[in-house]
Amino acid sequence: MATDLTVAVLSGKGGTGKTLLSVNLAAVAQKATYIDCDVEEPNGHLFFKPTILSERVVTIPKPVVEQSLCDGCRICTAACAFNALALIGKQLLVFNEVCHSCGLCTTLCPKKALTEVEQPLGVVREGQHGTVSFEDGIFDIGQSEAVPLIKALLRNKHKDLVVIDSPPGSGCLVSEAISGADFCLLVAEPTRFGAHNLAMVHELVQILGKPCAVLLNKTVEGAENPSEEYARSHGLSIMGSLPYDRTLATLTSEGLIASEELDHYHAFFSGLLETIRKEAADASDTHPQR
Amino acid sequence: MIIAIPAEADSLDSATCVSFGRAPYYCLYNTETESSTFMTNLAADSAGGAGIQAAQDLVDQRIGTLITFRLGENAAKVLQAAEIAILKALNLSVADNIAALQEGKLAPLEEVHAGFHHGH
Repeated sequence: MATDLTVAVLSGKGGTGKTLLSVNLAAVAQKATYIDCDVEEPNGHLFFKPTILSERVVTIPKPVVEQSLCDGCRICTAACAFNALALIGKQLLVFNEVCHSCGLCTTLCPKKALTEVEQPLGVVREGQHGTVSFEDGIFDIGQSEAVPLIKALLRNKHKDLVVIDSPPGSGCLVSEAISGADFCLLVAEPTRFGAHNLAMVHELVQILGKPCAVLLNKTVEGAENPSEEYARSHGLSIMGSLPYDRTLATLTSEGLIASEELDHYHAFFSGLLETIRKEAADASDTHPQR
Repeated sequence: MIIAIPAEADSLDSATCVSFGRAPYYCLYNTETESSTFMTNLAADSAGGAGIQAAQDLVDQRIGTLITFRLGENAAKVLQAAEIAILKALNLSVADNIAALQEGKLAPLEEVHAGFHHGH
């Protein structure tokens, strides 16, 4: 019996296999929602080729100044925690890319010279691929703060299985993307660099108190695997390994979903999903209040 | 006129700081009185927008010229709005950069960088 579960797939660098795993985990589930949170370079749509059912523009409020009302009192420049405002002579300058849209300046301005105006940040799309519900966000070029777009993307509440394809790295975007996850699946390459990046995301999920495990991707039999060594020496559960396979790389380069094309990949990802469900259930038994 | 220079320490023989917005001090040199004062850069520890705040503080000190190695685009906008001349520093001490300016050896700063906002 499948229960509601949100799994985030993440890695410290790009190209380790986040989308490969997320797409296939969602594809083998009977009913799932795939959410591509890598809004700076979403690519899940290349595999699901979803029928887009809705597209919504996400906006963010930014202060706009009416110079004729500003008397240069400097309340706003003094209050802004991000130094997003400067007063030069009688001209109030606003720096949108530094502004965090907190609304303090517009609230405090005694002359109502500052007002919040919604400005486009990106779009959030919903679509369908077979039994998989598809969602992604596309960040507008030239914008600098994607966290609100990820928040908008994760606003919908879902049942059954949700697979979150996280942005790469271990910064703000990733923290936001995995904030609602019940379980984090870390993906790592068998290189020194891969192990270093694994350590970074492992630290992040530990800080956030998320149950997690690693899947070793692109493994080569008999070759050293620094990521595996890291996992063993840091008590990080290894959920399996996906050997380097030219056929898989070819399918991926053609935008095909391996579990839909080859039975043994369907079996592999179904088994992986089952293991995740079991570990996540064990973790929630251990920490029921999480 | 007041000339501002980001400084590593609060003395004229200190090195010119490579950072503008996060420099620990600014030397303010008054060409009329030929005297210098050092201002602690309160913006240096800002979570963000250090260059904007530092530029605002220097504009408030009524500087006319800034000598710097580099400058972010936001700080440049603030300084340009205040019509402050921006000159490229040479790899010299604070005092020697002031001397170089007075000898006409400093060229205008040609490039501003895009800044280092948001450590994702």
